[in-house]
Amino acid sequence: MDPHSLKKLNALRRERQAAILLTDLGDGRDRVVGEGDAVAGALGEAVACAFRSGKSGVAEVDGRKFFLNVHLPAPRLVVIGAVHISQALAPMAKIAGFDLTVIDPRTAFASPERFSDVVLHAEWPDEALARQPLDAYTALAALTHDPKIDDPALRAAFEAECFYIGALGSRKTHAKRVERLTGAGVAAEALERIDAPIGLDIGAATPAEIAVAVLGAVIRALRTRGLQAGSVSA
Amino acid sequence: MSDLVHKDDARDPLMIAEEWMRAGRDVAIATVVETWGSAPRPVGSHLVIDTEGNFEGSVSGGCVEGAVVAEAADVLAEGKARMLEFGVADETAWEVGLSCGGRIRVYVERLG
Repeated sequence: MDPHSLKKLNALRRERQAAILLTDLGDGRDRVVGEGDAVAGALGEAVACAFRSGKSGVAEVDGRKFFLNVHLPAPRLVVIGAVHISQALAPMAKIAGFDLTVIDPRTAFASPERFSDVVLHAEWPDEALARQPLDAYTALAALTHDPKIDDPALRAAFEAECFYIGALGSRKTHAKRVERLTGAGVAAEALERIDAPIGLDIGAATPAEIAVAVLGAVIRALRTRGLQAGSVSA
Repeated sequence: MSDLVHKDDARDPLMIAEEWMRAGRDVAIATVVETWGSAPRPVGSHLVIDTEGNFEGSVSGGCVEGAVVAEAADVLAEGKARMLEFGVADETAWEVGLSCGGRIRVYVERLG
């Protein structure tokens, strides 16, 4: 392995950027490809596919064998609101492999008794997110129904280009939210990114079922990143 | 579980490889590039080895590490990468192998 490739790869991994170490198994030469870097032709398609699936493997292109070792940052899920749905969502997200954080300034909700074994910040989203910023491998679910708490978190999620942004609330509540955020200067394209009413449409009724719907939507967003944009081939 | 290892720089083979390199040690990197059947470690897993035979990480959860470390010594000496394949242990030949019955292909290369 080229020492420069190793340094570059580790630097990207430390910054929570997705990267692939591409090794030509014929001559042993390698290079690091960041997500979004252009790679031409059939190899480019293999690279794009590996970024989406997160799966490493051998690809044969034009009679040459390449090994694509995919390094994706561990996906995070930040939940705004220490509510009943969050209590059900926390263990489910953990099982699915997500690093979960719950943020809620209302200390009666964000109590360690209600959320044992969960990273819990009993503070305003601005404060908590200043310490651990959102990024492209983070999903945000706003579940408080309270604009004072949810709205700043949603704006932070737009800025960080979170791979999933969802907000709890009926269509009516969401329409008000869109109106409010538009008034605050948020662009229409950003607002269209909000999954609301939150979660997959599976007829969820109980808090636990809504948690399943939310987690399903988060996983779908993670595994289909970039597909909608049509940016598969370079 | 792999996620936890991933976030832990102190136990991350590629972070360790970089650290060893900075310390002036010669390093070999072994990578699982293909698996068939039941394999103990997923494709992409690393084992890093130095000339003293120190190693970190894993390519099989213990079954074939010894053989990979021995091959790595040759790779470090010669500088040429090699592809190793391990299957079920052949009892008559006393070969090392995977007791779980799978087959893995491991690419061993020198860093630098």
